[in-house]
Amino acid sequence: MRYALRRFEMSILIDQNTKVVVQGITGGEGAFHTRQMKEYGTKVVAGVTPGKGGQKFEGIPVFNTVRDAVHNTGANASAIFVPPSFAADAVLEAVDAELGTVVCLTEGIPTLDMVAVKQFMKDSSSKLIGPNTPGIISPGKCKIGVMAGYIHMPGRVGVISRSGTLTYEVVDQLTKLAIGQSSCVGIGGDPIIGMTFVDILNLFEKDKTTDIVVIIGEIGGRAEEDAAEFFRKNMSKPVVAFIAGITAPPGRRMGHAGAIITGGEGGAREKIEILEKAGITVVKNPSEIGETVARVLAVRKSTYRL
Amino acid sequence: MKIHEYQAKALFQSYGIPIPRGHIAKTPEDTLKASQTIKKGPFVVKAQVHTGGRGKVGGISIVESPVEAEAFADEILGTRLVTGQSGEEGKPVHTLLVEEALLSKMEIYLGIVIDRTQGCPAILASVQGGIEIEEVVRENPGMVITEIIHPAIGLRPFQLGRISYGMHLDGKLIKKMGNIIQNLYRLFLDKDCSLAEINPLVVKKDGEMVALDAKLNFDDNALFRHPDIAALRDLSQENPLEIEASKYNLNYIKLKGNVGCMVNGAGLAMATMDLIKLSGAEPANFLDVGGGATTEMVREGFKLLLSDEDVKVIFINIFGGILRCDTLAKGVVEAAQELCISFPIVVRLEGTNVIEGRKILVESGLKFTVASDLGDAAAKVAAAVNASKRGEF
Repeated sequence: MRYALRRFEMSILIDQNTKVVVQGITGGEGAFHTRQMKEYGTKVVAGVTPGKGGQKFEGIPVFNTVRDAVHNTGANASAIFVPPSFAADAVLEAVDAELGTVVCLTEGIPTLDMVAVKQFMKDSSSKLIGPNTPGIISPGKCKIGVMAGYIHMPGRVGVISRSGTLTYEVVDQLTKLAIGQSSCVGIGGDPIIGMTFVDILNLFEKDKTTDIVVIIGEIGGRAEEDAAEFFRKNMSKPVVAFIAGITAPPGRRMGHAGAIITGGEGGAREKIEILEKAGITVVKNPSEIGETVARVLAVRKSTYRL
Repeated sequence: MKIHEYQAKALFQSYGIPIPRGHIAKTPEDTLKASQTIKKGPFVVKAQVHTGGRGKVGGISIVESPVEAEAFADEILGTRLVTGQSGEEGKPVHTLLVEEALLSKMEIYLGIVIDRTQGCPAILASVQGGIEIEEVVRENPGMVITEIIHPAIGLRPFQLGRISYGMHLDGKLIKKMGNIIQNLYRLFLDKDCSLAEINPLVVKKDGEMVALDAKLNFDDNALFRHPDIAALRDLSQENPLEIEASKYNLNYIKLKGNVGCMVNGAGLAMATMDLIKLSGAEPANFLDVGGGATTEMVREGFKLLLSDEDVKVIFINIFGGILRCDTLAKGVVEAAQELCISFPIVVRLEGTNVIEGRKILVESGLKFTVASDLGDAAAKVAAAVNASKRGEF
């Protein structure tokens, strides 16, 4: 009975029934991560590489266009491993084919290309994760991304992050404390991205399989400030946050194009202050994120008898 | 990517944005000749450096005669200009821009950036030109006009009107202002700018509008489709270690401290710097070897750390994913064997192939301090820094 119930529990955005088409499946990155995703249990039903339609990639049918892939396989989500100069077009194609979740892993897409994509998406019901993201994983159910599956563990913590390896670090800390995750979403490190902290917080707040959310932010932009505002107005679940870059010099690009402090906006200290004021628990030391989540969860359990 | 003012002004000119009469000069003699060609003084001589705040530290001089211009050039060429924004080491001055000095009756700010929240280009304009726009936003937010541009429908005449009327410009200026905004926006889109700024845009006594200063920054991700812009890069304005790093696709930024760190992933690299600081030490750099680093990249990254004379302790923090721990360990050992290392190295490895990676480090016979997790690593780095202060290494 318990098993039957669990089977029907939905995670956010993706779950065990998600059917994935990989755009750029025959490229180096696309091929490698398609294997990794399949191994994790993700249902990869199709691939797209223009000019290679009709071929097969390790048993997976390859199509010329996303529309063909959707018609023939019923794919409802996309993983994009396409070089930067063609990636924005690949996103547009996936959105135009009305895929529910579009995950763009590509790093280095020109900002102005994403300006067009962002506007196009406003009239669509598709959800874009990224670009420049490690992807999304709902442990034990589905992985669309490049993260190592084995560090994750099914559970009830939602994780949202702007970075890659720092997310692995946090997930690893949680798993080592036997705290599992419901879903982990990398929203991407670029200046213009699809879903934001606020969008994902909204999903986690409504998600019955999530009890607490961890936000991993960094310098630059206003995403964390907006998250603080959303939390204050709309959230009942606790949120723990870490902001990377308190030692970053202003005006420099620290790896992510989005991580630039310009004109006094987006500094780590300001972000931390705003998050704390909203009632979010902010962890200052990156080695203590896991134990802080454990502490907040323990308090919540004793209060609400979860 | 940044370019010099004179390069930005050349682009302005080709896009129909009026600029002052001027020439570049690389020697005092050139400066003399340049000002003689302009004929009538006074002249403005401006140091060409990739940093703001030049005027406040003597990087710009207004002179009455070509001889004075030559004297100023003699004084400033070959020096390093240290401004409030340049960092301690400053930027080398090897080029000057000599221009006619203009008398203005009005100074306007005009800028185009990408508004991250809206995901669209945004035009900022203010009648309070000549000072930093951030200052105007802080002190007098009502004085800044913002227009968001929808990428599909583009910049519309009503928006140009709202900017000009909002600044209370009169008749003839409205048309001129509209043209300049349209031309700057066209340049912004054509060349994939991340910032296009005219501060100040002056209205001369005779009513003409001229871009007195010019600042253009470009989206690094889009340089592949603009070889003409990429060719404008001035390596002398960048840190030599950072240039070396970019050859190997490494992301390196020099900082002030003495703990050299090598990390994979930008977020984790920043968090590692923060951790070092929390443990009481100072990071010497930001070095992100990226998610998919090769043995060669790791080796070169490690050499880069060692070539920084400030480094006294090295901290390697890797969370293996795509980059496997054994690949990393091989690169580190190769580099360490090649260059004799006399100071402590703290290594923290986690993730894919971590056991193989740790084994390679241990079997190399080199002295590595292996940390089990981030907290442990911080403690070991702090201990190593203290030991090095006491001269134990």
